[in-house]
Amino acid sequence: MIPLSYFLILSALLFSISVAGIFLNRKNMIILLMCIELMLLSVNLNFIAFSHYSGDIAGQVFVFFILTVAAAEAAIGLAILITVFRNRRTINVEELDEMKG
Amino acid sequence: MLLFSLIPMQFQLPNIMLATPEMFLLAGTCFVLLADLFIKDSQRFITYLLAQVVLLITAGLVFFGTGDMNAIIAESVQATGKMSITAFSDMFVLDPMAQVLKISILLITMGVLVYSREYLRSRDMYKGEYFTLTLFAVLGMMIMVSAKTMLLIYLGLELLSLAMYAMVAFKRNDGRASEAAMKYFVLGAIASGMLLYGMSIIYGVSGSLHLDHISTYMSSHPVMENLGLLLGLSFIIVGLGFKLGVVPFHMWVPDVYDGAPTAVTLFLGTAPKIAAFAMIIRLLVEGLGDMVQGWQQILSLLAALSLLVGNLIAIAQTNIKRMFAYSTISHMGFVLMGILAGTQSGYAASMFYIITYAIIAMGGFAVVIYLSREGYEADQLADLKGLSARHPWVAFMMMLFLFSMAGVPPTVGFYAKLSVITAVVDANVIWLAVFGVVMSVIGAYYYLRAIKLMYFDKPDDATNSARSPVQWDFTALLSLNGLAVLALGILPGTLMALCLKAIQTSL
Repeated sequence: MIPLSYFLILSALLFSISVAGIFLNRKNMIILLMCIELMLLSVNLNFIAFSHYSGDIAGQVFVFFILTVAAAEAAIGLAILITVFRNRRTINVEELDEMKG
Repeated sequence: MLLFSLIPMQFQLPNIMLATPEMFLLAGTCFVLLADLFIKDSQRFITYLLAQVVLLITAGLVFFGTGDMNAIIAESVQATGKMSITAFSDMFVLDPMAQVLKISILLITMGVLVYSREYLRSRDMYKGEYFTLTLFAVLGMMIMVSAKTMLLIYLGLELLSLAMYAMVAFKRNDGRASEAAMKYFVLGAIASGMLLYGMSIIYGVSGSLHLDHISTYMSSHPVMENLGLLLGLSFIIVGLGFKLGVVPFHMWVPDVYDGAPTAVTLFLGTAPKIAAFAMIIRLLVEGLGDMVQGWQQILSLLAALSLLVGNLIAIAQTNIKRMFAYSTISHMGFVLMGILAGTQSGYAASMFYIITYAIIAMGGFAVVIYLSREGYEADQLADLKGLSARHPWVAFMMMLFLFSMAGVPPTVGFYAKLSVITAVVDANVIWLAVFGVVMSVIGAYYYLRAIKLMYFDKPDDATNSARSPVQWDFTALLSLNGLAVLALGILPGTLMALCLKAIQTSL
């Protein structure tokens, strides 16, 4: 059987990749949305691994809710992205700087 | 026949009566959503009225309780000495703290709707969706306040956040609003991710999502040596910090306050803060209460940084909404001060602070709305110049709000600051108390500057003094709001006693 720590390391790696992606990415807002999805998926992996190894079903139930909310979140994120594109004609992260200070 | 055998013999309905206000609010929201489809644009007032009635009845249901609740409460007091009762397999809790916070959230939202009506109408935002989104956000806040498991906290938080993202982007043809919405969305999603990652680690170590079970686990294990728990706690605090908008997780606050339509900023800066307070109390105090040494240190650092950055950068602002945003950051520092004291009087002081802050901030943004008109936001500090000559009563109200934010007696802000600082001194974190006092003196500068602009400066020729007329209910509520700030400052005892009693009987 694969030890629990393998899953935890994998999910920690995915989580770090997604956070790094959000903060390093300076080009495209769609990449931001993809990173957010990856972040939630790494959390899901964590929950499922813990749930499976402790034999408690609650963690897997939590995952269903996270998946549902993530779908709603992606829908709202893309809708906001479209309003940004309509107003600005660009989805470059660096040009999102009208307000400062 | 086979079907019958599948149904358990002792099938019992969960005690769903406790969640009657939430269920009524959900049904009411769906009703408003549907009814609005049949209402013409010219009759939008009906939607507004329906939303207000739904909020009022919900507040009534929370206040009076339903069914045989009193008997259940009496039982609970006899059994445990606490007045908290749970439903839905202990996932949902109703205690005096939840009741006080829910009623504050509902009443403040009603005030927000009164203030925003004219603003929305004159800017082509007077749509049914605005009211439905507000109601859904309120439902999310009420769920957050009553959540007893991490799952419910997350769901309430997301219901609130998703509605707020859409509201910030409500003015679709405004580039600044959509930019603000994008920033809010991305940082809010990161915050949820951090919070969830922390929750997953806590779940993995303690083996349960339920806050009481986590607390039981912690009291029987050495928690401060457990690296996993400390990691989970740090992630949870980062997530909470993002949501509350404290330094160093405050980047989104000024941009969102500035870019969002003022009516949305008014909502964003008031009621959700109360829900965030409840979330912190539930997670840190009820769930991770045994790690108090861990979160006390982190929170005192966050509080000190928020006080410093919030007050200093606010001085440099020329935009009222941005100034209020930085002022919010410093006020959230004060709220954290009460929580990190780790005593019941500290939590009560924070609760008092957050409720009164929501009332004050509501008034402050209402004055900004009062001065604006279609196509002109009146959100620069220069727009306040000579306000006392143009609208003496509104200027007096604004002076009360600003004095209260600065903490000048006899307004309520003074008493709120005094009580959190007393709590911190009692908890022996003297350096933070001294730092808080020094920072609020520095903060007084930019509030007094705004008052000087209102009372002693002549309006510029360029100052645009025309504004859209407001209805009588706006002026009446503004007066009530200002006088409440004064009255609560002179007689803070009742609300303070209520907060203290609520905390003592809940935690």
